[in-house]
Amino acid sequence: MNVLEVRGLSKSFGGIQAVSDVSFDLGEGEFLALIGPNGAGKTTCFNMLNGYLKPDRGSVKLGGRELIGVKPRRIWRMGVGRTFQITETFRSMTVLENVQMALISHHRETGNLFSRATRMHVDKAMSLLETISMADYANRACSELAYGDLKRLELAVALAHEPKLLLMDEPTAGMAPSERIALMALTAEIVARERLSVIFTEHDMDVVFAHSHRIIVLNRGELIAEGTGDEIRANPHVQEVYLGGGTVFENTGATADA
Amino acid sequence: MSFYFAQLLTGLANASSLFLISCGLSIIFGVTRIVNFAHGSFYMIGAYVAYSTITTLDFGILGFWGGVIFASIVVGLVGLLVEVTILRRIYHAPELFQLVATFGLVLIIQDLTLAIWGPQDYLGPRAPGLDRAVRIFGEPIPEYDLALIVIGPLVLAAIWVLFHRTRWGVLVRAATQDREMIGALGVNQAWLFSAAFMLGAFLAGLGGALQVPRESVNLQMDLSVIGQAFVVVVIGGMGSVTGAFVAAVLISVLNAFAVLLFPQISLVLPFLVMAVVLIVRPYGLFGKPGSGHGPAAEPEQPMRLMSKGEAGLLAVFVALLALSPLFAANYTMVLLIDLLVATLFAVSLHFLMGVGGMVSFGHAAYFGLGAYAAALGVKFLGLGMIPAMILGPIAGGLGALLFGWFCVRLSGVYLAMLTLAAAQILWGVTFQWQEFTGGDDGILGVWPASWAKSNQAYFYVAFVLCLGGIWLLQRVAHSPFGYTLRGGRDSAIRAEAIGINLKRHQWMGFTLAGAVAGLAGVVFAFSKGSVFPDTLAISKSVDGLVMVLLGGIHSLAGPILGAGVFVLIEDWVTKLEFWRFIFGVIILVVVLAAPDGVAGGVSRLRGLFSRRTKDGEAAQ
Ligand SMILES: Nc1ncnc2c1ncn2[C@@H]1O[C@H](COP(=O)(O)OP(=O)(O)OP(=O)(O)O)[C@@H](O)[C@H]1O
Ligand SMILES: [Mg+2]
Repeated sequence: MNVLEVRGLSKSFGGIQAVSDVSFDLGEGEFLALIGPNGAGKTTCFNMLNGYLKPDRGSVKLGGRELIGVKPRRIWRMGVGRTFQITETFRSMTVLENVQMALISHHRETGNLFSRATRMHVDKAMSLLETISMADYANRACSELAYGDLKRLELAVALAHEPKLLLMDEPTAGMAPSERIALMALTAEIVARERLSVIFTEHDMDVVFAHSHRIIVLNRGELIAEGTGDEIRANPHVQEVYLGGGTVFENTGATADA
Repeated sequence: MSFYFAQLLTGLANASSLFLISCGLSIIFGVTRIVNFAHGSFYMIGAYVAYSTITTLDFGILGFWGGVIFASIVVGLVGLLVEVTILRRIYHAPELFQLVATFGLVLIIQDLTLAIWGPQDYLGPRAPGLDRAVRIFGEPIPEYDLALIVIGPLVLAAIWVLFHRTRWGVLVRAATQDREMIGALGVNQAWLFSAAFMLGAFLAGLGGALQVPRESVNLQMDLSVIGQAFVVVVIGGMGSVTGAFVAAVLISVLNAFAVLLFPQISLVLPFLVMAVVLIVRPYGLFGKPGSGHGPAAEPEQPMRLMSKGEAGLLAVFVALLALSPLFAANYTMVLLIDLLVATLFAVSLHFLMGVGGMVSFGHAAYFGLGAYAAALGVKFLGLGMIPAMILGPIAGGLGALLFGWFCVRLSGVYLAMLTLAAAQILWGVTFQWQEFTGGDDGILGVWPASWAKSNQAYFYVAFVLCLGGIWLLQRVAHSPFGYTLRGGRDSAIRAEAIGINLKRHQWMGFTLAGAVAGLAGVVFAFSKGSVFPDTLAISKSVDGLVMVLLGGIHSLAGPILGAGVFVLIEDWVTKLEFWRFIFGVIILVVVLAAPDGVAGGVSRLRGLFSRRTKDGEAAQ
């Protein structure tokens, strides 16, 4: 049973064909990497899966239900969490409050005028922060966090409503290499435990090859390859694209800059 | 038929004046992103200087046109002075600061004009050589109107040439479309901005000077024209000169015919057109979304509940206030009631702006709706004080529910402009609908119930209602609803991404703020015994903005402190002769020197003393 079925997704901005005719499936519990050089159309794809952009053509089905034309907030309520390439957090709140807000919204309590927001769902929010090892940061102002920490916070927020599908746009950008591996290992563990399905984009090939079950490669909006890590590594077309992009791409495990 | 043609020509002549007034505002906004409230003041100076030059020189045709050009140049130089000394320092401030700063300029220029030319109105001479009327299809058309019909498009063409055929103009257009790009082009930005501002001021001066033969020169010209100019610029698309022209023609011609059907419509029509245009095209006819302001430079700190000490201090203060009728003089009681009303009004505006991130230039609309609802209840339904008072927040809330539905569709400057339009529509209605609202004469006889007649007794009414309202909004600010609004202000994308229907929450927040402003309005109405259209005028809205700004937007205590400081300053300053000037200077000093307001200043001081914060930050 596929969680997500994407068919013929296309989007152009003015003259630029950002995404053209992309189709793929996502199985339950699968950890799928969406890779490609800068400007390949990864974020655009994500935005169409989430309802932030309306595709020119194509269909996206979540458990059989069409997502095209559905508002982002409804898609979230259908069990899809996401993190952003450029982090989006509530800057004037603490780390804990950011997670609490997701929980408050999940419980449909945003219309409540008289409770104290900071006293709601504290335990659940703390336990979410613990899963990403940020409990110590709970009362820090979000505006003081390092970029990597903001990324981790976004993960905790995305997990708050116990989604069945998680979309992560460059979850490890801005982190030190060791941090990246640790975060993705952690994500993989959560995914396995909660039986989540994940699509993530990533420029760090170490991370991609270490954690993805399957990889799809975009280049200039087109899906050029799909397969396991080894298949992708061996694919001459992919190598060409990445060499053209100036990325070192070796058989022994790769390095790439974000 | 010929009558309608004459009407059309009148409309086109008005369009030309309106265009001249507005196009400079649009250019200034396009380049500097500043919404220049003082533009009407430039227009007024242009009219005064032109009047003086023309009447002193008295050279016939040459003297007239020489005077017009001279006045425009003088105003251009005034604009340059203002830009270099003041505006240059606040280009990166949030729009609220800029708006309030330029309103400070309005006050300063009003009093300077009063000092130089005195309070009387001046009737300018006809333009020599254009002082008769020609008959077109039998209808008399003033020659000067025909001249204006030609001048408007000529100025448009001149600006077009300037913008498309000179290097400077190309840079101005680039700056209008993409601010970041100018830095990349290696252009001297300061020079570009100064020149654009000077050009805008010059055009305002020209507009004012050319009005001299058409209407009297007086001290109300500035604010009466600025509302219209805002509307033209917003309809045309902020930054678009062509848009300003089209909008000016649209409004003026519509108006020329609409007055035939409804003579009273002229004050309201431009704002109605603007509301319709903004709903269909949120960035105006020729506008583009463009880059607005970035987030405020300093991130806001998370909210904290009051500490024990602070709560104690507050309790002492409230207790003192509650006991004040026992020892305070009558005059002080009146002042304290004013203070309570102002505080509630400021808190409701702060809830909208500070908590909800929706900057309103027209919050007085809901204050005035509350006041008028109560007054009308007394006048027409014969209601007693308490039932009339209940009407107030309901009216404020319903008004905000209606206008808020439109307003929350927009954001930033456009939202602010639409709130202004809403307030102007209501102001126009109260002003024009003589039979119902009493028009300029207002509604008298709105007195408290007999048990609340004394200042002391009424103080307790105000005390309970205002503190109740303040408590309510503080409570809501800490609730999930308040946090949702704050979250949406921080990041609308994140709010949507966690399933929040932000627009709906903003709409409800707008309504709540309007209802509470309405409550402030009823307390005000019964404390004065009367209501006048100025309870919903622009200057009342700006009072609220100044209070919020004085107190500091980043703190829930801000509007309370700000209202206190404001009422005290106002009480002291309005007794002086040139109080507007002094008040304007105070506003400028606050904006330039203490951008985080009194509350910000207090917390910085506290930081210094307690040394809880790092040394470096505290010293800043
Ligand atoms: N809103 C937009 N308007 C115009 N063009 C856009 C817009 N968003 C994306 N594009 C263009 O679409 C193409 C794909 O962009 P996208 O952001 O999806 O790439 P990406 O694969 O996420 O790249 P990166 O690795 O840099 O994040 C790029 O050429 C980009 O310039
Ligand atoms: Mg991207």
